[in-house]
Amino acid sequence: MPNLTLVLFLSTLLFSSSFAFQSDELLLDDEEFGLEGGSHPRSPEPVITDSPPKQTPSIRRRYSDPDLDSKIQFTLEHAFGDSDFSSAGTFSARLKTWSHGGQTLTKLRFARNEFSDEEKHAFQNLLKGDDFYRIRLPSNVVTPPGREYVIASVRARCLPRDGLDEHIAIHMDGANILAVSYGSPGACPYPRQLKLPGKWTFNSHTILKSSEQAPRTPIFTEEILGSSENMEGEAEAPVERSFWAKYWMYLIPLGLIVMNAVTQASNMAEEQPAGSQGQAPAAIHRGSAPRRR
Amino acid sequence: MFFSFEEKKLRKVPRFANACGAITTTKKGAIPALPSDKKTLACSSHDLLFFQTKAPFSLTRSVKKTKPANAMAMALRLYLLLLVFLSSAIVSFSLYEDQVGLMDWHQRYIGKVKHAVFHTQKTGRKRVIVSTEENVVASLDLRHGEIFWRHVLGTKDAIDGVDIALGKYVITLSSEGSMVRAWNLPDGQMVWETSLHSAQHSKSLLSVPVNLKVDKDYPILVFGGGYLHAVSPIDGEVLWKKDFTAEGFEVQRVLQPLESSIIYVLGFLHSSEAIVYQIDSKSGEVVAEKSKAFPGGFSGEVASVSNDKVVVLDSTRSILVTISFVDEEISFQKTLISDLVEDSGEAEILSPLLSNMLAVKVNKRTIFVRVGDQGKLEMVDSLSDETAMSDSLPVADDQVAFASVHHEGSKIHLTVKLVDDLDTVLLRESIQMDQHRGRVDKVFINNYIKTDRSNGFRALIVMEDHSLLLLQQGAIVWSREEGLASVTDVTTAELPVEKDGVSVAKVEHTLVDWLKGHILKLKGSLLLASPEDVVAIQEMRMKSSGRSKLTRDHNGFRKLFIALTRAGKLYALHTGDGRIVWSTLLKSPACARPSGISLYQWQVPHHHAMDENPSVLVVGRCGSDSSSPGVLSFVDVYTGKEISSSDIGHSVVQVMPLPFTDSTEQRLHLIADTDGHVHLYPKTSEALSIFQREFQNVYWYNVEGDDGIVRGHGMKSSCSGETADEYCFTTRELWTVVFPSESEKIISTLTRKPNEVVHTQAKVSTDQDVLYKYVSRNLLFVATVSPKGAGEIGSVTPEESALVVYLIDTVTGRILHRLSHQGCQGPVHAVFSENWVVYHYFNLRAHKYEVTVVEIYDQSRAENKNVWKLVLGKHNLTAPISSYSRPEMFTKSQSYFFPQSVKTIAVTSTAKGITSKQLLIGTIGDQILALDKRFVDPRRTLNPSQAEKEEGIIPLTDSLPIIPQSYITHSLKVEGLRGIVTAPAKLESTTHVFAYGVDLFYTRLAPSKTYDSLTDDFSYALLLITIVALVAAIYITWALSEKKELSEKWR
Repeated sequence: MPNLTLVLFLSTLLFSSSFAFQSDELLLDDEEFGLEGGSHPRSPEPVITDSPPKQTPSIRRRYSDPDLDSKIQFTLEHAFGDSDFSSAGTFSARLKTWSHGGQTLTKLRFARNEFSDEEKHAFQNLLKGDDFYRIRLPSNVVTPPGREYVIASVRARCLPRDGLDEHIAIHMDGANILAVSYGSPGACPYPRQLKLPGKWTFNSHTILKSSEQAPRTPIFTEEILGSSENMEGEAEAPVERSFWAKYWMYLIPLGLIVMNAVTQASNMAEEQPAGSQGQAPAAIHRGSAPRRR
Repeated sequence: MFFSFEEKKLRKVPRFANACGAITTTKKGAIPALPSDKKTLACSSHDLLFFQTKAPFSLTRSVKKTKPANAMAMALRLYLLLLVFLSSAIVSFSLYEDQVGLMDWHQRYIGKVKHAVFHTQKTGRKRVIVSTEENVVASLDLRHGEIFWRHVLGTKDAIDGVDIALGKYVITLSSEGSMVRAWNLPDGQMVWETSLHSAQHSKSLLSVPVNLKVDKDYPILVFGGGYLHAVSPIDGEVLWKKDFTAEGFEVQRVLQPLESSIIYVLGFLHSSEAIVYQIDSKSGEVVAEKSKAFPGGFSGEVASVSNDKVVVLDSTRSILVTISFVDEEISFQKTLISDLVEDSGEAEILSPLLSNMLAVKVNKRTIFVRVGDQGKLEMVDSLSDETAMSDSLPVADDQVAFASVHHEGSKIHLTVKLVDDLDTVLLRESIQMDQHRGRVDKVFINNYIKTDRSNGFRALIVMEDHSLLLLQQGAIVWSREEGLASVTDVTTAELPVEKDGVSVAKVEHTLVDWLKGHILKLKGSLLLASPEDVVAIQEMRMKSSGRSKLTRDHNGFRKLFIALTRAGKLYALHTGDGRIVWSTLLKSPACARPSGISLYQWQVPHHHAMDENPSVLVVGRCGSDSSSPGVLSFVDVYTGKEISSSDIGHSVVQVMPLPFTDSTEQRLHLIADTDGHVHLYPKTSEALSIFQREFQNVYWYNVEGDDGIVRGHGMKSSCSGETADEYCFTTRELWTVVFPSESEKIISTLTRKPNEVVHTQAKVSTDQDVLYKYVSRNLLFVATVSPKGAGEIGSVTPEESALVVYLIDTVTGRILHRLSHQGCQGPVHAVFSENWVVYHYFNLRAHKYEVTVVEIYDQSRAENKNVWKLVLGKHNLTAPISSYSRPEMFTKSQSYFFPQSVKTIAVTSTAKGITSKQLLIGTIGDQILALDKRFVDPRRTLNPSQAEKEEGIIPLTDSLPIIPQSYITHSLKVEGLRGIVTAPAKLESTTHVFAYGVDLFYTRLAPSKTYDSLTDDFSYALLLITIVALVAAIYITWALSEKKELSEKWR
């Protein structure tokens, strides 16, 4: 019996884990395509592009109000270690102005500049020293270069794979850039190994993220409570357990007792004829003896 | 524990509740009225009942009342014996009435005294009314220093003046002169409260007439907010008001001559023109008005030296100007201070003395200046530096006396002199004073008639460490450690280990005493104890088990709480009884009194270095500015002695304890200064080598709240420059998060406690699924609101305000989680522990407070659920985690309404982190509510499945319940609650909770009950007696049966 449970347990564990593994994959995909928050109807639509510069992205034409849209460009700047920032690429996007005054960025495109020889050299130095490769973006895309820059940095050794893989997640609030998360698209295990990239081209994934709306606190009105209780009532009604299911704990001991009694009785019946001559009268005799004293 | 009940059992519940109610009515008072059997939690949530095993209390009551036959009683007693036995093993979460004070203590304070008014005229209780910097108005017993009554006003309701009117009301003026309240002198009940109209910020002034007649002719005059109000002392009615807002007139002095209905109001217009109004006190009509311009301009306090003259400093603070204002014309008379004393600098007028005398502080000396009839000034006496002076006090025969106190070595000298004749010394006393109280800050004197009919004086002095002492007859009659009302930082420390040979813990009881005690307890538990016995038991319990010993105990219940106060004093409080074990005032060679900022555990002796005493690091600062140089002080925890203190020569912006210790268990700390450099402490080569090894992996961040920027930094190189040493490092900016200033403003940031222990990384849910907690030490919780919504609750519409919360990785600056709450507003109170954050804010749409929980789970380890992978070792659980990997995590969150406003939130912490956690919520009522973390579980659903119920998931409700029994402060209030600190005991189930505000409160909590130990009340004697009785019974029955068998055989 315990063996069986163990097997069952293990198998359930296996099954459940494999299920969760699938969901894991799915979520990863979600993130890749920038669907966080997008699933919620209230949040503004996040837009992503997955634009390795070599591939020509399929240009979707959505006919929207041209007066309210304006094309904007802002530059990504980078620095090697403690060097000064220099231009590394250009983001271009459409700034959509909503009727209620809010602005959102859509159709983000990213064009990464090729590394010059000098930059390659600088980057190799970074790799050797396990130093930081830093990027920055203006904090406001409408008035660049804005008041402040948002900076992000990564250990240079995290980037090289086949080429140079980078993942840029830009956290937006209207036309403002709050923060940029920069790093490799995958893991970067700690004892970072020195590895030179196969080719000096960037494979960039960019993603725009906007704020997720908190779900509303559920307010349980009378109706919901009532209905839920009704539901419960309905749900509970079919669970009318059988007589046996209800009272097995009483029935089994009862049965045992009965069985015991039956066997006893049969034993008694057998013993009676055997011991009736000697023992029983003696008992009676002994029982009556104190009464005499 | 969940029990679902059948109808029959359900019926018992209300019956039991009725019984509780019946017991309740037999007792007095609010909380004593709570049934002491608090185990009967009658919290029902839908179909589930929380029901804990009932203690014998109600049962024993019924036994007591009924008088059954003897045999019956015996049987019941036996039954009870059994029951008591069983129940002693069950420890409830809430307390019994007689358990109050067993493991908790509560201390009441008032704060640093600002004003004091004595009330000693009448016979009866001698008292002093004080108002303090913690916005407390209190009445203290002059004989013992106990608090008769006390009221803590709100944090924004600072008290400007306090006085006694009509001999029976205490009048307080607060909130910059816009709130006048009258309290009944004997019991502190509020008599009336008047809110006055105020238009602008200005200094405020309270003038209470001295006569005792109940008369509307002598109103209380209040100036504040540009208005002069006359308030009736009887009912607080505003009799008249005079508007001075238009002119920008500041009232400096109000004079109410006796037997006259004319009030003189002297004030300055733009600090350059003196104006005197004569106002009819009945109607508020201005009878006459005079003014005269003074070209030099006035500055500082006005000192009234007589009924018709005041003295004020000019704007250069080098000329004393005497103003006579009651005569027909205002006249000025200038006297250069340099004429009075030789080397003069900037002067400051000290307390005003009547009778034509004035005290001026020049060049650290106090000089006494007599004002002649024609306003001529002459110096009559001077006192040395650091002399505190009292206000003047009328003594017999129209004479006025004042007291001055100055230090000399370890003594203080109190002198009371007559103002008219400075050579007449009425009293001269010197008193030995503790060095750790600092200098005398304030003196208030009061006189009394001695038994020999001469004048006696008592002085109330406020020391630099905010303590309050009463001096009388050359001795300290009582003292109050009021510094503890302004605790700023708290840490814990262990007590010394009990050493063999050193009889720190002598055997307190002989065996007989021990047995006696236990028999008493037994009597108590069997309800055989007489009232005297009950008292004795209670007393014994209070003193029991050496809980106030100064050594470490096995369970870790005895500890020290080290508290740093605003005055820069360090106190060590014993957890057993709350007494002050030692206290020390911070000193620094650079400045007289550094202000304390924060407190860190510097050295916690552990595996090796056990011979070292543990020590704490106190970071202070010379001056209030953040760029002023810092001071480090190392204090031995066992003795309270300062080991060393140093001026570090740079400012202190941030102190970061590092997770490294050197060979003597000293923790490495980084201190960031205003220039962006960081400095390593301790400055030893060993520490440097440890730090150099981890140099590349040290990151830090700072939050610029005003600009809305969070910056992350990494280490760069050693400092260059001639002043720099090898322990100074430069940093570089690695990441920034810029919150747009037009839409977001940082209102709260929070990190996990660095020393928190997480027991398990995985969380197994009901369907055998494993969730991995995202446990990272580098997470920062940031809450921002719209700039408009940063004000008071309700000042904006829901559309205008939004609350956004972030979880930011402080190594890479990644935003891991971002959630916006539309129509919500701060203040945000949050707590961050393990992998969850709970925060409290206000929902403008629902008009309710809300609590949201966010739990973060790691996805990258999710695949480790596969058993075979675990068996074959193909898992990544032991791989080092890098922040540079792309985080794969998901969050779960849920919001609930919370019916109360919150002051602070904390979470319990235990030694190994196994025990389930409770949120400790400091409510607006200054009480602390313990809320199980299970209530703020984001996995709660409306209809949990059976499996989920078994796991302990509570059905989802829209609001969090407040169970009255779960107030850990029971009937007490921690007035002015500001913070809650938790620290683990050695016993896994138990945690120390220390709450501070104006009051201090300590208790021990066991969030999952003390599953790992017997309680203190466990009756070993009962156990012993039972065993003995059983053994005896066995022998007796054995003997009996032997006998019987023998007689059988004989037959």
